[in-house]
Amino acid sequence: MLDVNIIDRTFTSADGTKLKAVENLKFQLPQDSFTCIVGPSGCGKTTTLRMILGLDTDYDGEIVKSGNGVVSAVFQEPRLLPWRTVEQNIRLALPPTKKNMPLESLYEPLGLTPVKNFYPAELSLGLARRAAIARAFALTPELLVLDEPFVSLDDDTADRLRELLITVWEANPTTALMVTHNVREAAMLADHILLFSDRPAEVVATLAIDTPRAQRDDAEISAIVQRIRESR
Amino acid sequence: MNVKLRGPITALASIITLVVLWFVVTLFVSDRSLPSPFEVASAFAVEFKSGELFYHLGVTLIRVLAAFFVAMLIGSAIGILLGMDAGINRFVEPWLILLLNIPALVIIVLAYIWFGLNEAAAIGAVALNKIPNVIITLREGARSLDPAYAELATVYKFSWWKRLRHVVLPQLQPFFAAATRSGISLIWKIVLVVELLGRSNGVGFQIYLYFQLFDVATILAYTLAFVFVMLMVEYFVLQPVERVSTRWRP
Repeated sequence: MLDVNIIDRTFTSADGTKLKAVENLKFQLPQDSFTCIVGPSGCGKTTTLRMILGLDTDYDGEIVKSGNGVVSAVFQEPRLLPWRTVEQNIRLALPPTKKNMPLESLYEPLGLTPVKNFYPAELSLGLARRAAIARAFALTPELLVLDEPFVSLDDDTADRLRELLITVWEANPTTALMVTHNVREAAMLADHILLFSDRPAEVVATLAIDTPRAQRDDAEISAIVQRIRESR
Repeated sequence: MNVKLRGPITALASIITLVVLWFVVTLFVSDRSLPSPFEVASAFAVEFKSGELFYHLGVTLIRVLAAFFVAMLIGSAIGILLGMDAGINRFVEPWLILLLNIPALVIIVLAYIWFGLNEAAAIGAVALNKIPNVIITLREGARSLDPAYAELATVYKFSWWKRLRHVVLPQLQPFFAAATRSGISLIWKIVLVVELLGRSNGVGFQIYLYFQLFDVATILAYTLAFVFVMLMVEYFVLQPVERVSTRWRP
């Protein structure tokens, strides 16, 4: 579970101009839910994720993570260390006590078994993203944060990766929070959708999507997209 | 011709041409100050048989390695610190410029006066000549570290050691390679001066000895022998290490 209550995050540029990125942002993520944040570009979505990940601590407010506090992230770029192989990259993310755990159950569904000894530069962007997803799930996080993990992929590859993400997430349930500007993507993946306002970011609406993912065909997804558009 | 052999064969042909040219010149200039390749070879054989050559080459090589490791260790630690902290860098910068511009000879003489004619002063003086170069190279390296990887290490709670070994050092590898390349040749030249001024063994000491005897053939024999040693270090240590550490590059 995650409880976010950010009162204020203001950036000060080099010439002293102040820019309020986030104001009075409040939301909670239920245990093992899959929540998507949808909002206009530049509205403070990534800033919010950075605060949740502990990469940005310069804010007023409170972010409470329950449980053991293990957080993992899938960034916009795969962000694999180029000088380590796929397997080494994944194992490096593991805590020392788990560093020799078997990873086959993650490689298999993600199709990484044949490339686990490859260096990231030898992978396509789609495969590198799969490796980043495997790394994020490997340490069984309490909270999984995804920052537009499927940008700059062609539609077919992105669709296949979304299906894979859900498959792996259902096998390794955890609280997931994903930022996207793609409304259709949110409609396919989420069980909760948070709609963000323009900067400074606050939550405009919270939608619960009750249709099981397996039953979301094109018509159903279009209906959800319609609901998101009407809630803005 | 086999593509793989083209490099070594060209290099060999180039060296043979140089030796032949040297020989041809000595045919016309018959002077004790310009010995022929054969005279140098026989001087080499004399020193080789007496065991002097190995002893002095070995002593010099150990000094080069000791000064090299001291300079790399201290220089890279300071360089990385300066690259990461702009405040400390502003304060230390004048010292660095001062140190960069003190001639090697002055550092050596002062080290011998202040710390005595001993091995620590000799190696310390050589290292001190190299340290500012290492600092400047590694400072650039630390400034170019990608913050995206630092964030990754923070999110996945990398320990201090894991971060250094898997995130920071691999990014600094090209800068270490540059500092090593420019360093090892600079260091051996300065080691010779240190030996000439205040040691009683090593290639520098021998060259000084044969300089007093005006024995150019033996001076060249020592010089070429040590250049050969450095060539072996380049081909059998530096290049293989670099190949291994950059094998991830496509």
